[in-house]
Amino acid sequence: MKPVKFVFFLDLKSAYKTFIRNKIRSFLTILGIVIGVGAVIATVSIGQGASEAIQSSINAMGANMLMILPGSSSLGGVHSGFGVLPTLTLRDAYAIRKLPAVKTDSGMMGMAQQVVWRGNNWATLINGANSTFSEIRNWPVAKGTFFSHGQVVSAANVAVIGNTAATELFGLINPIGHTIIIKNIPFTVVGLLSIRGFNAFGQDQDDIVVIPITTMLEKVAGTTWVHAIAVSAKSAKDTSKAQSEITALLRQRHHIPAHKASDFFVRNLTQIAQTANSSANTFTVLLGSIAAVSLLVGGIGIMNIMLVSVTERTREIGIRMAVGAKKKDILKQFLIESSVLSLFGGVLGIGAGMGISSAISAFSPLKTIVTMEPVIIALIFSLCVGIFFGFYPAYKASRMNPVEALRYE
Amino acid sequence: MNSGIIKEQAKDGDILKFQGNPAVSGGESGTANGNAQMIRLEDIRMTYDVGDISYEALRGIDLDVGKGEFLSIMGASGSGKSTLMNILGCLDKPTSGRYFLEGRDVSNLTSDELAEIRNKKVGFVFQGFNLIQRLSVVENVELPMYYSGIPSKEARDMAMEALKLVDLSDKGNKFPNQISGGEQQRVAIARAIVNNAPIIMADEPTGNLDSVRGADVMNFFKKVNAERGVTIILVSHDKNIANYGRRLITVKDGVIISSSIIEANL
Repeated sequence: MKPVKFVFFLDLKSAYKTFIRNKIRSFLTILGIVIGVGAVIATVSIGQGASEAIQSSINAMGANMLMILPGSSSLGGVHSGFGVLPTLTLRDAYAIRKLPAVKTDSGMMGMAQQVVWRGNNWATLINGANSTFSEIRNWPVAKGTFFSHGQVVSAANVAVIGNTAATELFGLINPIGHTIIIKNIPFTVVGLLSIRGFNAFGQDQDDIVVIPITTMLEKVAGTTWVHAIAVSAKSAKDTSKAQSEITALLRQRHHIPAHKASDFFVRNLTQIAQTANSSANTFTVLLGSIAAVSLLVGGIGIMNIMLVSVTERTREIGIRMAVGAKKKDILKQFLIESSVLSLFGGVLGIGAGMGISSAISAFSPLKTIVTMEPVIIALIFSLCVGIFFGFYPAYKASRMNPVEALRYE
Repeated sequence: MNSGIIKEQAKDGDILKFQGNPAVSGGESGTANGNAQMIRLEDIRMTYDVGDISYEALRGIDLDVGKGEFLSIMGASGSGKSTLMNILGCLDKPTSGRYFLEGRDVSNLTSDELAEIRNKKVGFVFQGFNLIQRLSVVENVELPMYYSGIPSKEARDMAMEALKLVDLSDKGNKFPNQISGGEQQRVAIARAIVNNAPIIMADEPTGNLDSVRGADVMNFFKKVNAERGVTIILVSHDKNIANYGRRLITVKDGVIISSSIIEANL
C-alpha cells in the first residue's frame, strides 16, 4: 500500500542524520566492524596469494605430471621402501608412451657423481632422461639446446647442465661446447638449463647434469633398470585416466596376477598439488574465521550503541507513535539505522583490508590477491550483523508504550 | 487528495451552521449529538496497578463530543484529565467501558489499529511541543503523512499548506531550535491538522508559553476550528485558556463533576 521508496528513503535520511549528529560516537561504534571486515579481507587476500604461489610452484614441477616408481619389496619379512626393487625398464617407458591419455614420457635414472672439468670438480646429481625431459618438467634451456631424440637413441655423450653445477665447474665461462668428465667418460655440454631455484623441500634444483637415459644406463650405470618414469598426461583432466591406464599396462607387462600387489607405484602430482592447495585454503578459512570473530565483537558494539540510542530517543519514538507510527514502522526505522551503521563500517573495512593487502604486496615477497568474492561476502555479512544486532534494540523501541514514551524526560 | 479536502470543507460548512444551535452542540454531558456525533464515551474506567495497590484514575466517564466542537476539559493535576485525554486520543485503552469514535467502537483495538486511528483521525498538540529536533519544521509537519503513505511530493505540498494556515510558510526549512516556543507550538498545530484529522487533542498547549504567545496559539486553535471544522478537545488547568472553548467540563477524582456552555463563544 505504502510507497515503499519514499518511506525507505526517509528512514535512510533519518539514519544518515543520526550518524552525522554523533560523528565520533558513530565512528567508534563501527570501528569494530571496520577492523573485522578489514582483517577478513586482508587475511583472505594473503591466503589466496599463498595458494596461488603454491599452485605456480607445483605447475613448475611439471605439467600434468605422473611419476612411476618401482614398488617396495617384502622379501623374507624385510620391507624395503619404494624405488628399491629394479622393476621398471626403458621398454616400460616406451610402452607407456603409446597410451591414449599420455602425451610424453621419460625414463629417469638419477645418481650422485663427481663431475670434472679441467682442474675443477663438483659432486652433483646426474640425471638420465629422455629428450622430452625439458617438456615434461616445464624447464626450458637458457643457452644451447636440449639433447635430441636421435642423441638418446644413439646413446650419445652429451649433457645439459644446470645453473649451479655450471657455476661451480665453469665459473663465468660459457659451458656450451666444453667437455666434462663423468666416471671417466667425456660428455660434451650442449645446453644450459634456465634457473629454477630451490624446490619446496629446500633442494637446489639447478644443481644437476642431465644426460640421455640410454647413455646413463649403458655407459654410466651399466644396468637396464630405470629409477623412475616421468609421464606427462595430455591434460590435467587426463591425469587420473593416465594413472589407471599406466597401472593396467604395467601390471600386464610385469605379469602380475590380479590378487597380487603391483611392483610399481604411480604418483599423481596433480593430486598432490590439489592437496597442497586445499591445505592452503584451510589455512585461509581458519585465519578468516578468527578475523570474523572481531566482526561479532563489532556487532555487539553496534547493539550497545543502538540500545543507548533507543533510550535517548524515547520521546521521539513517542512522538512518532502519537502521529501514527505502527510497531513495524519503528522497528524498521531502527533496523535501517543499525544496518546503515554496520554497512558503512563494512565499506570502510573493505577499504582498510584492501589497503593492508596492497601494503603487504608492496613490502613483502608474498603477492596478495583481492577477489570480488570476499568483498561481497564481507558486505553481506556486515549488513547481517547490523540487522541481527540491531534487532533487539529496534524491537525494544517498537514495543514502547506511547503514553510513557511521550512522558519520558 | 485535494478533492478530499474540498469535500471535507463542504461538510464542515454544514456542521458550523449546526454548531450555531446551542441545544445541539452544548447541553448536558452524555446527550447524543445525532448525526454529527464525533466521540461517545460510555462508563469509561481506568485502573492502574502500582505494585499491590490499584489506583482508579477514571471512575465511570460518560461523554459525547459533537463534530466541530471546541471542548475544554479542566481539572487539577491528578484529577484524571490527562488519563482521559490519552484515552480520547487513542494513545491508551480504557480498563473498561466503551469508546465510539465516529460510531466505531475503538475501546478494544490492537496497538497497531490504534496507531492507524491516531494517524487518520487525531492530531496532538502537547505542552512540550514535542517536535523532533533533528527534523526541519516542514519535515516535522510531514511526519503523519509519512506513516499514512502519502507520496513525498504531495506530502510536501500539504505540509506547506498547513504551515501557511499557521502563518509559518517562511519557516519550513528552519529547525525547531531556531524558532520561538509560540512558533514551535504553531508547527505542532500544523502537524496536527496536516493529515486532515478531524480531531485535535491539545494537552496544556500554552503551558510553556507566556500569556501573549499563549493567546496567539489559542487563536490558531479557534481558526482551525472555525475554518476547517476540526473538533478540538483542550485540556488545561488554566481557566483563561479553558474559556476559549464553547463547552467546559470539569474533571475531579476521575469523574466529570460539571459541564457548562460558555455563552460568549457561541
